[in-house]
Amino acid sequence: MASYKLSINGTIQAVEADPKMPLLWLLRDLLNMTGTKYGCGMSQCGACTVHLNGNAIRSCSMPVSAIGNQKITTIEGISSDNMHAVQQAWIAEQVPQCGYCQSGQIMSAVSLLKRNPNPTDHDIDLAMQGNICRCGTYPRIRKAIHKAAAMMKQPAKSF
Amino acid sequence: MQPKHSIDRRAFLKLSTFTSAALTIGFYFPALAEESTIITAETADNLGIVLNAFISIDKTGKVSIINHRAEMGQGSFQAVPQMIAEELEVSLDQVSIAFGPGHQTKYGGSQITGGSSTVRGAYKHLLRTGATAREMLIDAAAKKWSVPRETCYALNGEVIHRPTNKKLGYGELVEEAAKGTPPKQVALKERKNYTVIGKPLPRQDTPAKVNGKAEFGLDKKLPGMLYSVVERCPYFLGKVKSYDDSAVTTMPGVKHVFKVQMPVFDSLREGVAIVADNTWAAMQARKVLKVEWDATGFEHLDTATLYNRMKADLQKPGLSQRTGGNFDATYAKAASKLEAVYETPYEAHACMEPLNCVADVKGDIITVWGPIQGPDWIQRDLAERLKIPMENITVNMTFLGGGFGRKAFTDYTTEAVLISKEIKAPVQVVWTREDDMTQGPFRPGAVYECKAGLNDKGRITAFQAKMAAQNMDHQWPHADKSNFNGSTTEGLPEVFINGLEHYSFSDVPTESPIPVMWWRSVYSSTNGFAYESFMDELAYAANTDPLDYRRQHLRDERAEALIQMLEEKTGWRTREKNSGWGIAITECFKSMVGEAVKVSKQADGKLKIDRIIAVMDCGWYVNPDIIKQQVEGSIVMALGAATTHETHFTDGKSVETNFHQYLMPRMPDVPDIEVYIMENEEKPGGVGEPGLPPFAPALCNAIFDLTGKRIRKLPFNMNSI
Repeated sequence: MASYKLSINGTIQAVEADPKMPLLWLLRDLLNMTGTKYGCGMSQCGACTVHLNGNAIRSCSMPVSAIGNQKITTIEGISSDNMHAVQQAWIAEQVPQCGYCQSGQIMSAVSLLKRNPNPTDHDIDLAMQGNICRCGTYPRIRKAIHKAAAMMKQPAKSF
Repeated sequence: MQPKHSIDRRAFLKLSTFTSAALTIGFYFPALAEESTIITAETADNLGIVLNAFISIDKTGKVSIINHRAEMGQGSFQAVPQMIAEELEVSLDQVSIAFGPGHQTKYGGSQITGGSSTVRGAYKHLLRTGATAREMLIDAAAKKWSVPRETCYALNGEVIHRPTNKKLGYGELVEEAAKGTPPKQVALKERKNYTVIGKPLPRQDTPAKVNGKAEFGLDKKLPGMLYSVVERCPYFLGKVKSYDDSAVTTMPGVKHVFKVQMPVFDSLREGVAIVADNTWAAMQARKVLKVEWDATGFEHLDTATLYNRMKADLQKPGLSQRTGGNFDATYAKAASKLEAVYETPYEAHACMEPLNCVADVKGDIITVWGPIQGPDWIQRDLAERLKIPMENITVNMTFLGGGFGRKAFTDYTTEAVLISKEIKAPVQVVWTREDDMTQGPFRPGAVYECKAGLNDKGRITAFQAKMAAQNMDHQWPHADKSNFNGSTTEGLPEVFINGLEHYSFSDVPTESPIPVMWWRSVYSSTNGFAYESFMDELAYAANTDPLDYRRQHLRDERAEALIQMLEEKTGWRTREKNSGWGIAITECFKSMVGEAVKVSKQADGKLKIDRIIAVMDCGWYVNPDIIKQQVEGSIVMALGAATTHETHFTDGKSVETNFHQYLMPRMPDVPDIEVYIMENEEKPGGVGEPGLPPFAPALCNAIFDLTGKRIRKLPFNMNSI
């Protein structure tokens, strides 16, 4: 066991954990932050996607010891009142069905739009192909990302 | 002594947080009655009746509705309240929704969420319950105002006196209304006057599903809860011979290691449970646990042996299910004949939320939370297995991260209860993806032999389909194996059956130790591929356009309207060169769906799906956008089962363990999907499943149209056609 001070969604959290414990289980079981989901445990499905310094990573395969002082952002840190353009677009397009994979989908989409504010369908395919959805919401996710991109360009709103 | 029924009522008030509720009404089924009776909670309490509590309105006017079915993505959480809100004359944002925990009798039948049955099973009762509450509130207002009730009407959570336009909110009326008696008959609204039903209203569960707040089974936490993973026998009928936990018990966080059993149909699956203070600690400990399995006394099947057996079974007489006319005699004298054999794979459900269950056993009081499709089944199973009274067992539903049939099974919940019982503490049992993918039960694979005789004009005179596959019903203890399973011919060519004079459908149950069960659209998911591929082969044999050929054999107005819509939406008569189009039409769970697929060859020679068009006829419907979601999702799931994934077996174990082997369709594989809904006056049909069966045959028919290559075995690789 070791002591860590982690920056999660802008707050420093002190936690005792096995250095090899993946960030996913630390978030879920030690900090009760259950928005980040377990899907496969081997970086195959993307349900556990969070951001490390703004970049999408798979938290199921990221040991706590490798995080250091990098800033972690989870779905809870995107916006708890659904004000982020990506969440708004997800609601407008009625993307979720069961909803289980959507935290990870949204984290991947937010990261994509940060890198590329004008993604083409092909860009979306490439950026989102690490996230599996068994309910088959892919066509709606594609539309929602285009919609979010358009919303983020409106000068009146800042996200 | 407390009368028994007051416990039910208290439990209801507690569960629904309707503590200040003043008008609570629901329905119940009097003995032997087919029609439900609607009464208030007060009356029910006095009569000792267990009420199906669906609506409660408190003094602030807040309406609470119980959704008695599971929400696994299919939209019951929206559809059930949407039906009640229509007749109650409230908008959905005045309504809060709660899940109804498991109960044997309350909801007018099982709560099992399967067979695409939520709307079509309950719509009559739900509409009447909403309308009854509305009429009681109007009665109460008329009484308060001392005006004739005909001069009052309800709108948007208020009763309005038409001549004076004075208004009273439902909250101000509930106390008076609760004293009233529900009218025996209520007038239901006409569809043309609907303002809630039939509208694409955004789902109430969406906001919580875009910010991580929706609570799935895996998110449930209890004070003092421990976490468990189980090393279960990888052989379908194996046992624990011995295990060595010497390296495990000293690991940090590990609390308990012991042998545990789980019911799988008529056998008990054995495993060794590890309980720790977090999931990861339990998973780490499992890696060093050593278990020796007893894998003797049953067959170690592999996929090749299994499919050879199914093919051999096709030579045996089948359990006849549906026959008409005289197939053999008509086939013998047909002008031309065609035969084909089709194969479909075993599949894992692969819900994104792996199986899990939280159980808290305190003496003989059991409480369960989890992603659960059939809470009342679990309650009954636990009561029988553990000899505990039904009322001591509470089964709570969370949101389900996918279900598709798998979470209707009671193995994982029973196992969690046994583990909690052993450790005398609340526990969450987590199935790893590998556990979820390898343990089954699976969708059964099937082999079909189709035969048809044609007359000199190419029309079908005799049609036969014989299936060899594992029979789901034959796995239960004391099953009658001489009888067919009612669902094996689901999705038989209902669309065309009225036009077939001489036909025969039968199935041969194939013996295998592999556990199998429902997978979205069940046997239709494979039947549709055989029947509608064969229909296409017959069309080409008759040298007739496949759409025209199907139309020639239709004897059903709904099917004719549907194929007409499919023809228009595809632009069937103006198809381009160098592209292939295929169609298929299937019917199951009382809904008919036609799908069309357009494929083309890319510059690198690989096949690409350009367009997918679906036409759904589910009769009377509630929410068109949810229907579109469900058809889109069914098509993507069908695409996976047709082109990317399959569960294989070797040495009595399943092969694919995780998504690196069980390949799922991903974003680049799925084009836009166009969904159209037929408008008609028919009764409601299912929505969650019927969109799945026609996709695979429509895709393969399109590939034949483009390449001349007929695909008779699923899955196939799109990149190597």
